[in-house]
Amino acid sequence: MKYITEYRNKDLSLRLAGKINDYLLEYKGQISLMEVCGTHTHSIFRSGIMNLLSKNIKHLSGPGCPVCVTPNEYIDTAIAYSRLPDIIITTFGDMIKVPGSTSSLEKEKAAGGKVKIVYSPLESLEIARTNPKKKVVFLGVGFETTAPLVASTILTASDEKIKNFFVLSGHKLIPPAMTALLENKEVKIDGFICPGHVSAIIGEKPYEPIAFGYGIPSVIIGFEPIDLLQGIEMLVKQITKEKEPTVENQYRRVVRKNGNVKAMSLIKKVFETKDSTWRGLGQLPKSGLYIKDRYFHFDAAKQIKVTVEATKTPSKCICGKVLTGTKKPYDCKLFGKLCTPENPIGPCMVSSEGTCAAYYKFNKQ
Amino acid sequence: MKRILLSHGSGGKATASLIRDLMLKKFGNSILNELNDSAILNSTGEQKLCFTTDSFVVNPLFFTGGDIATLAVNGTVNDLAVMGARPLYLSCSFILEEGVEWNMLDRITTSMANAARKAKIQIVTGDTKVVEKGNTDKMYINTSGIGLLQKGLIISKELITAGDKIIINGEIGAHGLAVMSKRENFKTNIKSDCAPLWDIINNMLSVGGIKFMRDPTRGGVATVLCEIAENSNIGIKIKEESLPIHENVLSFSEILGLDPLYIANEGKVIAVVDKDKEKPMLSNMKKNALGKESAVIGEITKENKGKVVLETVIGGERIIDRLTGDQLPRIC
Repeated sequence: MKYITEYRNKDLSLRLAGKINDYLLEYKGQISLMEVCGTHTHSIFRSGIMNLLSKNIKHLSGPGCPVCVTPNEYIDTAIAYSRLPDIIITTFGDMIKVPGSTSSLEKEKAAGGKVKIVYSPLESLEIARTNPKKKVVFLGVGFETTAPLVASTILTASDEKIKNFFVLSGHKLIPPAMTALLENKEVKIDGFICPGHVSAIIGEKPYEPIAFGYGIPSVIIGFEPIDLLQGIEMLVKQITKEKEPTVENQYRRVVRKNGNVKAMSLIKKVFETKDSTWRGLGQLPKSGLYIKDRYFHFDAAKQIKVTVEATKTPSKCICGKVLTGTKKPYDCKLFGKLCTPENPIGPCMVSSEGTCAAYYKFNKQ
Repeated sequence: MKRILLSHGSGGKATASLIRDLMLKKFGNSILNELNDSAILNSTGEQKLCFTTDSFVVNPLFFTGGDIATLAVNGTVNDLAVMGARPLYLSCSFILEEGVEWNMLDRITTSMANAARKAKIQIVTGDTKVVEKGNTDKMYINTSGIGLLQKGLIISKELITAGDKIIINGEIGAHGLAVMSKRENFKTNIKSDCAPLWDIINNMLSVGGIKFMRDPTRGGVATVLCEIAENSNIGIKIKEESLPIHENVLSFSEILGLDPLYIANEGKVIAVVDKDKEKPMLSNMKKNALGKESAVIGEITKENKGKVVLETVIGGERIIDRLTGDQLPRIC
């Protein structure tokens, strides 16, 4: 097994697509599927699978791109930090282009702000060790997937008594966002494509209230074309044929029923769950991860005070509605005209995982 | 205040706007406006000269398969070669940081001399400057090259028509990932493809039917294809399954969320070839050491004018667009 080519087999793809289209032919109605993972958004466009599927499947991209759901206030705080003389900001690359209210980290970097792109939060510790007179602030953005890494970095810093490393935690949890979408009357979802990476950490259980409580079929799906088509086949079969919605796992080669217990325990050790603001969804109960008091030394929000400019949101940007799947990027007046990947106005245009960026890049009309 | 951002140097849309809005506006003339890899100089003689320049700022200086010196030679040599010009002479300027080890410069100049010999080009003029420590990152190198355009040769985007084939001389994406692996300390066995292209191109020219050539360096294969499609009244269709990508490059790109189509190559040429010459061209290319994995990756179409459409391995379709900045690894 090479784990790439086998999952990109054309014949098998066409067979699965045929099966899905047959279900829909028989069903005689339209269904809406939503994915809540940026990598799914990207993979679906990149592989072009929607070209193979019936027009009666409406594909919605939910709030699954970490950069996109991060509110302006967070970006503005990071920008304000980058302007302080004794700070080095470390961040995943996706964040630097995100527009805040009046600037971006990319622009601050060009103007002299110390902003470094890292591939792992652990790299920030090395930067902290070699720059003992500076405060190193890591921008902790992401879901259940990145949170264990950040937790482990904080624990390492704690063991090594590193005093100049901090995390600005903007981590968010996916299941509360899914629930919030189902509570929103404007949103119509018939089935969830559950995130493969997040599920590798949290397992299958957190989706049970969605399937059993809200009655929405949920399938955990991988990222290769065959994964996506097989998972969508399972999902469409549930929607069109089965009576009882349930949680299924297509991505069994990676996702265990109970998830990654070690990673979850790291999250629980370092973080606590509190209400958190999502771009487009507003404040959602128990949807954010904040650093526990025990590790408050590493909490940038508590340790480094800074004045942040008043938040401004671009008035015509409909990223919020795009994130809930109630509008498509094409519905936005700014899309492709004023808002492009070179000059993004809303966050969905910034990250390669963002819905608008995917539409712009792969599907230009 | 508008400032220069790193993305202005990435070879994508931001670079294009820098060239269009500043350089062409201030310097524009009939030769420069062509925006070819090399300028074709006006001359009264039978054969025309090509002239090109490039600066090299790679970090790290040494990587698997090459170093800043082999890049500085081959980068310029290849910009001449893809114009159909035999590379003749090279200039070489070093900007050195105070404190750089003598031995390192010794190693770099040895490598450069070897690369020049291999590329059959002479380094005939040069310059050195030393700047204070901290004002540069060890060293930058600039090279300029002069080449002799082959007699009677006309290659131009204008000649491209529907049905023409797009051929590349081998696997893509290795150079960019080799440099990245070294810089970020990833353990991979990916080796840069850095090499001089004149010999294979000279052989290709003897087959005939070449309408256009370009080396897919910064911005990768995708950027070259977009340039061809944007500037000609045609579309391009490529097939994902025909793209030669080695397994190590494919796997490593997948892990980081990078697309090999946008990764830099330093020993590749993309040629648009008359469809009648497809077979002889391919068999000619495969006889060269640098062309063993040559492949037809797509063709010019009447449809989708101005666009590059990729047929995915599973039979779906998507658009290939220019890169808008550096490719960045994904968060999750």
